[in-house]
Amino acid sequence: MNGVSPPAPSLLIGVGNEFRTDDALGILVAREIRRRHIPGVAVVERSGEGTALMEAWAGATLIIVVDAIYPAKSPGEIHRLDAVQEEIPRGFFHYSSHSFGVAEAIAMAKQLGTLPPRLILYGIEGKEFGEGLGLSDQVLRSIPSLIAMIEEDLHALHAV
Amino acid sequence: MNNRVIRVDQLARVEGEGSLIVKVSDGKVADVKLRIFEPPRFFEAFLRGRKFTEAPDITARICGICPVAYQMSSVMAMEDAMGLTVDDGIRRLRRLLYCGEWIESHVLHMYMLHAPDFLGYEDALLLAKDKPEIVANALKMKKIGNDVMTVVGGREIHPINVRVGGFYRVPRKDELLPLLERLKWGLDQAIATAKLVSTFDFPDFEMDYEFVSLRHPEEYPLMGGRIVTSSGLDISIREYEFHFEERHVPHSNALHGLERGHGRYQVGPLARFNLNFDRLSPLARQVASDVKIAPIVRNPFKSIIVRAIESVYAYEQAIRIIEEYEAPPLASHPLTPSAGIGCGASEAPRGMLYHRYRVADDGTIRDAKIVPPTAQNQPTIEEDVRAFVGKFGGLPREELTWKCEQAVRNYDPCISCATHFVSLEEA
Repeated sequence: MNGVSPPAPSLLIGVGNEFRTDDALGILVAREIRRRHIPGVAVVERSGEGTALMEAWAGATLIIVVDAIYPAKSPGEIHRLDAVQEEIPRGFFHYSSHSFGVAEAIAMAKQLGTLPPRLILYGIEGKEFGEGLGLSDQVLRSIPSLIAMIEEDLHALHAV
Repeated sequence: MNNRVIRVDQLARVEGEGSLIVKVSDGKVADVKLRIFEPPRFFEAFLRGRKFTEAPDITARICGICPVAYQMSSVMAMEDAMGLTVDDGIRRLRRLLYCGEWIESHVLHMYMLHAPDFLGYEDALLLAKDKPEIVANALKMKKIGNDVMTVVGGREIHPINVRVGGFYRVPRKDELLPLLERLKWGLDQAIATAKLVSTFDFPDFEMDYEFVSLRHPEEYPLMGGRIVTSSGLDISIREYEFHFEERHVPHSNALHGLERGHGRYQVGPLARFNLNFDRLSPLARQVASDVKIAPIVRNPFKSIIVRAIESVYAYEQAIRIIEEYEAPPLASHPLTPSAGIGCGASEAPRGMLYHRYRVADDGTIRDAKIVPPTAQNQPTIEEDVRAFVGKFGGLPREELTWKCEQAVRNYDPCISCATHFVSLEEA
């Protein structure tokens, strides 16, 4: 595979930009999961460009994508979606600032028949998205529950 | 068409966040504003006080699409500050890495962002629904670029193998050779792409541009060389700030790039192609001739054809560099920091990217200046939209709005560089 290692059966993709305040959330969660060395679980960080996501999850069976989203109810609110089972309405991610981002990658993979068998999407409402380091308090407070939910998914769904 | 406002609040299919406002008054274009929310100012401030060795990895984070460009301009600037010229083997390996980024970025833009405009699809998803084979093929073409970045850069998105002075580790030839077969397939696909996109229907629209790009004595420009313009300027990279300036405009966070005594100018594929056609490979020139595109290209919508020609060049260069590759004797030149000012420029897929650093004698960065291609193109993009609406103002509103967006996408603007977030709408 030209130096590219085959994907692990389970893959967590942290999406975001560590220099954009709450947008760093996906990246920071990915690093925390990596630090825990869960067997059979690979962890990657991505900016959110859609084709890179499609390449990252090719061949894996369980994918968890973690990403910050615009606030709808309250910052820190965790939303969990089963992207394979649940139909994601196009309007759902309508304001994706990246032209071809997470939602588009999922829709495109469905179109091309390359969606992994399981894909769980965690969207956490952010508060600040400006340039800078560090998460807002509300987002920071939601991280322990988010990590616990992700670990539960990995243990429940990953054939250990 | 008397008084109306075309407003595109979230430009689709440009990398990042931006909005476009066109005001038409009494049938004439009164105002065009491209708002860019995302300049690299934070990074310039953030770099102060950091070690010179950190610049490539920090600046790579400015953009998720063109990290290699940021790494290359920064290492060249640091090496310039310290008076180092790297070994030719290291330079060739850097070119190979850069070819990987051009392949990735150009294929992404041509097929996922730009082609849907010409084929009449709102986005690549709808294109994939109708013509899945085109999209699947494009993803394969792009993946080859990723794999080049993975082998040379250490990983596919933000390469971690680049350092001031060279690389942390250079690949063995047997690690590069497996890429050859797919690069050759990619080259054939790039030639087919040039043929495909040249058949698109292009608006009858030409502008008189001042083109600016790097120019190298022998190569089509990727890294270093001199800065040249279509009006005849020919300067060293160190002289850039004597001839070009950035001005703040109230409607955009990004600074507007202007050439002193000249005004707006254009960087990117058209500029490179028009100023360096003679530096393309014979094959790339032949493909250009087959698809009937030759300098001077003044129709910005035809930038998609030039991107295809540049993709041909990038695949071909990558093949050649790998075939001729001998691992450099040293992965990196040892460097002792010294006080100085260094400038570096390279050709990001979107155009020339300039970096300048002032470094203290212990290697601490005192200040940094980064001029990305999109900031330089911003006044030109606005002028294109102004002229386009002036000429095609009679089109139905929806079509005109779409064409205006397309006029912005011609420049593949990287207007936020690596920020992203999605909005959640509760049902």
